[in-house]
Amino acid sequence: MHEMGIATEIVEIAIASIPDDIKNARVERVNLKVGKMSAIVVESLRFCFEIVAKDTLLSGAKLNVEEIPVVARCRECNFEWTVNKPVFTCRECKSGLIDIVSGRELDITSIEVVEE
Amino acid sequence: MEIKVVRKVLDVNEKMAEQNRKLFAEKGVFVLNVMSSPGSGKTATLEKTLSYIMPEIKSAVIVGDICTSNDADRLAGTGAPVVQVNTDEFGGDCHLAAHVIEKAADNIDLNDIELLIVENIGNLVCPAEFDIGEDARVVVLSVTEGEDKPVKYPLMFRECDAAILNKIDLLPYLDYDIKETIHNIKQVHPDMPVFEISATKDKGIEPWIEWLKGKVRGKQGKD
Repeated sequence: MHEMGIATEIVEIAIASIPDDIKNARVERVNLKVGKMSAIVVESLRFCFEIVAKDTLLSGAKLNVEEIPVVARCRECNFEWTVNKPVFTCRECKSGLIDIVSGRELDITSIEVVEE
Repeated sequence: MEIKVVRKVLDVNEKMAEQNRKLFAEKGVFVLNVMSSPGSGKTATLEKTLSYIMPEIKSAVIVGDICTSNDADRLAGTGAPVVQVNTDEFGGDCHLAAHVIEKAADNIDLNDIELLIVENIGNLVCPAEFDIGEDARVVVLSVTEGEDKPVKYPLMFRECDAAILNKIDLLPYLDYDIKETIHNIKQVHPDMPVFEISATKDKGIEPWIEWLKGKVRGKQGKD
């Protein structure tokens, strides 16, 4: 629901990350990691990004999204597994003391820039 | 040319949340972020909560809604200072972000309170994603909402430290299996405490109040 705000942040971070020594830079692609347990709908984000990127150095840029699975680790027995259903109990020892190892990401990893 | 960035998209919010957290720690104020879907009885739960903990614990409330000051008007009746945030000024946001809390907290005398309750926007999705600098998060779910809400909105139930199951006075009139709801909560967050209450009929409130008081006193080093 807040994908427009997220798209705006992405554009701002990308513009701020362009090195000063590149003249007439244009961002061709933004590489993003989105965890499956982040409150983001990727298709909505793409739609918003296209609108927000217009008339900026990111106009027409591609949003490359790597979806990260939810991985949990048991604090008791260290068993690690991919969470496909919303069940956060250790499959091995049934403990409820678990840590989320991945799946909460919403990170820009890199931008791809061309000089025009 | 590929340029490494490696930044969280919500970096700005997270930095602001840390600033808030530092300010609240300096002032010794415990901050509770209360979230739920619309109509679960958040405001009624907070009215009841305040009637139990005040004046023993000096409290204030920041209440977020897209429009209207209805909730603030109700909560002001408890005698606690209340600040209403309407997010239509901020683009009709679906959640309260850290900068909104920073601005709202400016209108509260933090030296004079021990507990700051933030009533977030009614929404089981987005508020779970935004750190506001709180110490604890609580989700309110009512028994009229269906048993499967915890597994439909796992992020919210993972991110919260306690769940309040409200409107239990309606159970005799509903085709509702409370055991299934609690089972679903425990699937998503096995060690989360669940408080079964009726805010309007004043049922089951004490264990919740004890939990909250313990948290507030814990931050003050008095437990």
